Amino acid sequence: MIYDVEYETMPREALEAIQLRRLKTTLERVCATVPFYRERMATAGIKPRDIQRLDDIRHIPFTTKQDLRDNYPFGMFAVPMDTVVRIHASSGTTGQPTVVGYTARDVNTWATLMARALVAGGATANDIIHNAYGYGLFTGGLGVHYGAEKLGASVIPVSGGNTRRQILIMRDFKPTVITATPSYVLHLAEVAEEMGVSFKDLSFKFGIFGAEPWSEKMRQEIERKLNITAVDIYGLSEVIGPGVAIECHEAKKGLHIFEDHFLPEIIDPASGEVLPPGETGELVFTSLTKEAFPVIRYRTRDITSLNPEPCVCGRTHVRMNRVSGRSDDMLIIRGVNVFPSQIESILMETSEVAPHYQLVVDREENLDTLTVRVEVGEGLFSDEVRQLQALERQISKNIKETLGVSAKVKLVEPHTIQRSEGKAVRVIDNRKI
Amino acid sequence: MHAQQISIFLENKAGRLAEVTGILAAAGVNIRALALADTSDFGVLRLIVDDNQKAENALKQGGLTVSKTDVVAVAVDDRPGGLHHILELLQNAGINVEYMYAFVQHSGANAVMIFRFDQPDDALKVLTADGLKVIEGRRLYTM
Ligand SMILES: [Zn+2]
Repeated sequence: MIYDVEYETMPREALEAIQLRRLKTTLERVCATVPFYRERMATAGIKPRDIQRLDDIRHIPFTTKQDLRDNYPFGMFAVPMDTVVRIHASSGTTGQPTVVGYTARDVNTWATLMARALVAGGATANDIIHNAYGYGLFTGGLGVHYGAEKLGASVIPVSGGNTRRQILIMRDFKPTVITATPSYVLHLAEVAEEMGVSFKDLSFKFGIFGAEPWSEKMRQEIERKLNITAVDIYGLSEVIGPGVAIECHEAKKGLHIFEDHFLPEIIDPASGEVLPPGETGELVFTSLTKEAFPVIRYRTRDITSLNPEPCVCGRTHVRMNRVSGRSDDMLIIRGVNVFPSQIESILMETSEVAPHYQLVVDREENLDTLTVRVEVGEGLFSDEVRQLQALERQISKNIKETLGVSAKVKLVEPHTIQRSEGKAVRVIDNRKI
Repeated sequence: MHAQQISIFLENKAGRLAEVTGILAAAGVNIRALALADTSDFGVLRLIVDDNQKAENALKQGGLTVSKTDVVAVAVDDRPGGLHHILELLQNAGINVEYMYAFVQHSGANAVMIFRFDQPDDALKVLTADGLKVIEGRRLYTM
């Protein structure tokens, strides 16, 4: 099934004509309304009317997460606040969030894209959707929710957490589609088993999973344990939220990017050069229809490649392969973006000199765990055990409050954190994804 | 009247304590008293040694985090109620004992206890006013 046959199966030539037209309009708009883009383009000596072909976009400077942060909170908005109807935020590199806005039309666009995504993942208007993505500033919960309503499905806004109650709801409400992070759904399966509820006896047929990296192996495990078809969904709040790209359940081989709304590029993260189709590099997006928060050549830091081959499902939109890594040091822990530098600034609050630290990420029983190892130098040391324990608790509490993730803090002796060429190894990710 | 104690941060790892005593032995430092306070993950090792400077240098060179803390060494009557008398005295004066441990050597007929107080100066006044014998650092290290 295809939700929006006209656009999703549009011949490439017509699709690219729409992209070019929308790109020009977007560039005219941002230059007129967002000082940041106007100045960037002026410095680069390029005007919107210089863009005559799609690949002329390579002359326009990139936008980075740092640029969004420099314009915190609303500096990148292209419309007056009275036309903004929704605000979401995601964590940034120093604890300052990245704020995004939506007009009523943006919310509608997003809902439509999510409806497309749900259908590509196997859902129909007759399904009951168990939405276990977190509701709140994070775009996951509300993004899926509006798409499900747009589609006309019945959505259960269960959000994350309270796992045992979720299982009772699954047993009694008989939802047929589940949306969640892949690690959370595996956790659900385990808790269900403990409660004597077999996922195979539940009514699920399809699952749509994303917001954190996962693997083909995890897909097989989820499909086997839940007896469903599982597909991958991709999105980030800076671009719109979930619903930027989706795998079709027919092929389950790469995620179709909704190209009538987003223009993707793959670049060499070091040189910034655009790479030819099929090559692996950093994914860059330009929004083509967004009003409140357009992005021009936004660097996602996600590493992937694009596959222009036609797909068995009939969609003509290019497919991105699974994200294989990051071009920065961001970690995704239980769906939350965590940068080592955020932990560093939290540690700075407890000590005058930043202590050496290391983040150790594990996956235990399908849940991500974060341990922060902190070297006890003279600045942190107290001769009283009580105070050292209080310090551990304080750091852990600050991390929870600032980043929203639970972390175990472990004090270690000086010089015990590995250094590589004199530089401390900040992250050890033991997750086998 | 205070004595100085050296405190070291240690992770709870097999053999770690022996490594520290090894460092001190190699530096020719004599350990006069020792107490370890620990949790499941880490501990604080507290030491009275004969040469603080030598010990501190050796431990720091060994990559350990070291701090110095003022403690009070008190001669305790080696009879029933000897320690109780001191603790009662301090409690009545509103002084808290953060921790305490025993010194290896006796001082004449008395046992020696090392105390860490929240108000060391007030504690000294209370103890000496009661006629209790407080042992100075210089004497303690070589006793
Ligand atoms: Zn397809």
